[in-house]
Amino acid sequence: MNKKLIISAVLLSLLAACSSNTVKDKPAAPAPVTESAPAPAPAAENAADTSSAKSSDVAYNPLKDPNNILSKRTIYFDFDKDEVKAEYRDLVAAHGKYVAEHAGAKVTLQGGADNRGSREYNLSLGQRRSVSVKKAMNLNGAPDARIETISYGEEKAHDCKDETCFQQDRRVDIVYDND
Amino acid sequence: MKKYLLLLCFNLLVLFSNSARADLTIEIVGGAANQIPIAVAPFQAQDHKTNSNTISAIVEADLNRCGLFKTLDTRGINTIPHSPAEINFSDWTAIQAQTLTIGMVEPISGNRLRVTFRLFDVLRQTQLLGMEFNISQAQQRVTAHKIADMIYEKLIGEPGDFATKIAYVAKTSNKYLLQVADADGFAVQTIVTSQEPLISPSWSPDGTKLAYVSFEKKKPVIYVQSLLTGQRSILANFKGNNSAPAWSPDGSKIAIVLTYSANSQIYVINVDGSGLKKLSSNNAIETEPAWSADGNLLYFTSNRGGAPQIYSMPVSGGEAKRVTFEGGYNVSPHISSNGKLLTYIKQVPEGFRVAVMDLQNGLGQVLGNNSEDESPSFSPNGRMILYASKIRGKGTLAAVSTDGKIKQTFTDTGVDIREPSWGPRVN
Repeated sequence: MNKKLIISAVLLSLLAACSSNTVKDKPAAPAPVTESAPAPAPAAENAADTSSAKSSDVAYNPLKDPNNILSKRTIYFDFDKDEVKAEYRDLVAAHGKYVAEHAGAKVTLQGGADNRGSREYNLSLGQRRSVSVKKAMNLNGAPDARIETISYGEEKAHDCKDETCFQQDRRVDIVYDND
Repeated sequence: MKKYLLLLCFNLLVLFSNSARADLTIEIVGGAANQIPIAVAPFQAQDHKTNSNTISAIVEADLNRCGLFKTLDTRGINTIPHSPAEINFSDWTAIQAQTLTIGMVEPISGNRLRVTFRLFDVLRQTQLLGMEFNISQAQQRVTAHKIADMIYEKLIGEPGDFATKIAYVAKTSNKYLLQVADADGFAVQTIVTSQEPLISPSWSPDGTKLAYVSFEKKKPVIYVQSLLTGQRSILANFKGNNSAPAWSPDGSKIAIVLTYSANSQIYVINVDGSGLKKLSSNNAIETEPAWSADGNLLYFTSNRGGAPQIYSMPVSGGEAKRVTFEGGYNVSPHISSNGKLLTYIKQVPEGFRVAVMDLQNGLGQVLGNNSEDESPSFSPNGRMILYASKIRGKGTLAAVSTDGKIKQTFTDTGVDIREPSWGPRVN
């Protein structure tokens, strides 16, 4: 009984932290998303920094510059939604433009969903999210031939119990081939 | 991408073993209002009070688990009968038995067994059933399930499902296992082992094959695998995702979901991979096809109205009709073999729960009381619904009767269990 109360208290405080009454359809608060989102491969960035510091003749790679928007590769979504939210439009546009301008650039968009509800529906939802990102990239000139859309559904989702955790799994990752 | 290609090499191992391990055991809650009192006397040469693997113990556990019988304690009976002449009916009326099962297990030549069983009406003192089986040692469990099916059919008036099988996915710390077990959770066989996710097993109507989705190629691809030989082949590996296989009732076709470069849409393909035909064409998510009992309709999940709901459409083409209206999230349809009931997952304020709908009047009822139910499927006789749920954070299997009165929970030895599918009744 005591344990239950403690768990309830913890859950309540977590909910309070999200400043939301319901878990469903909560619009993601922009700041926490960025904060709680796993950093896009910090190891790779460090490696890139080190090499460029060592040798000046290594070409500048905007994809690996942590100060360039192209180093950000993840777009987050609301529950059961596939619209690219306003805060991610610049990010998606930058990648669309980059792919359009670099004939050798090929990307795979990997969609994902949180672990609530049907696995098959979530597989389709993750796909819809990657298609939604693809369409936004198309608008910036990136051709379909160099964009593949796939989904992992909820199969890569964390074992989440609250919204702060769920929102990390509702995502599309932009993965460059040979990256 | 190169990284993925390297990882892809040989990370899948297909196994086919008979080793029974990590059997699931079942806890039962509730029962029918009028349970039939039945005494299962330990069969001669087998003492089921000390050994739960004997034929009579398995028969008793089957009858007890389904919730329609009250199995009686036989320990107070002085002389356990094994043949009709040994029955003293007053012993059995004294413990309020209405029916009595007796039997014998005798070794015969070739290391085989002769199993005899009889079912009696205690009040009328008449034999209702009598049957003899000549079996191998390995067939004891299935023989027990068949005896329980015969008793069930005689006393309930419809076929029993004890001798059927279930398929599901078990996830260990680093592997996904597609497994098949008896309907009581015993006799577990591992069909596929993979380091990448496995989902959506679907039985062929003859019970000899499974279609399923594997991510071993770093994207969802549909395979068909024989349970008899372990041999498997790719059914669908088109561009994009390949998922949600559902075998047609006549066994000739499989409904699948493909995306190519766009959203999930429903297709039908012949079992040999030929004759791909697109059934839905729109800008929404269309997935989770499920066949009607007569094979003329496909039920499916679609968010064409803005939120996921269940619809049906003729397989021959034509307009879709909305089936679920209550609530904002209804998914994962499956139809009973008599065509009358739909089971699905419904989002309620407490979470996601298994529900059932009478397709004639459209009335739905939420059956579960957990918050993370998934993947419901009917037993072949349509009386029970098997589904995945979470108990104390761990994936587990559960079953509930379509009237909600009988609830069963499967427990296991520490692995996460999901994606169950109840196999067909095979004669």
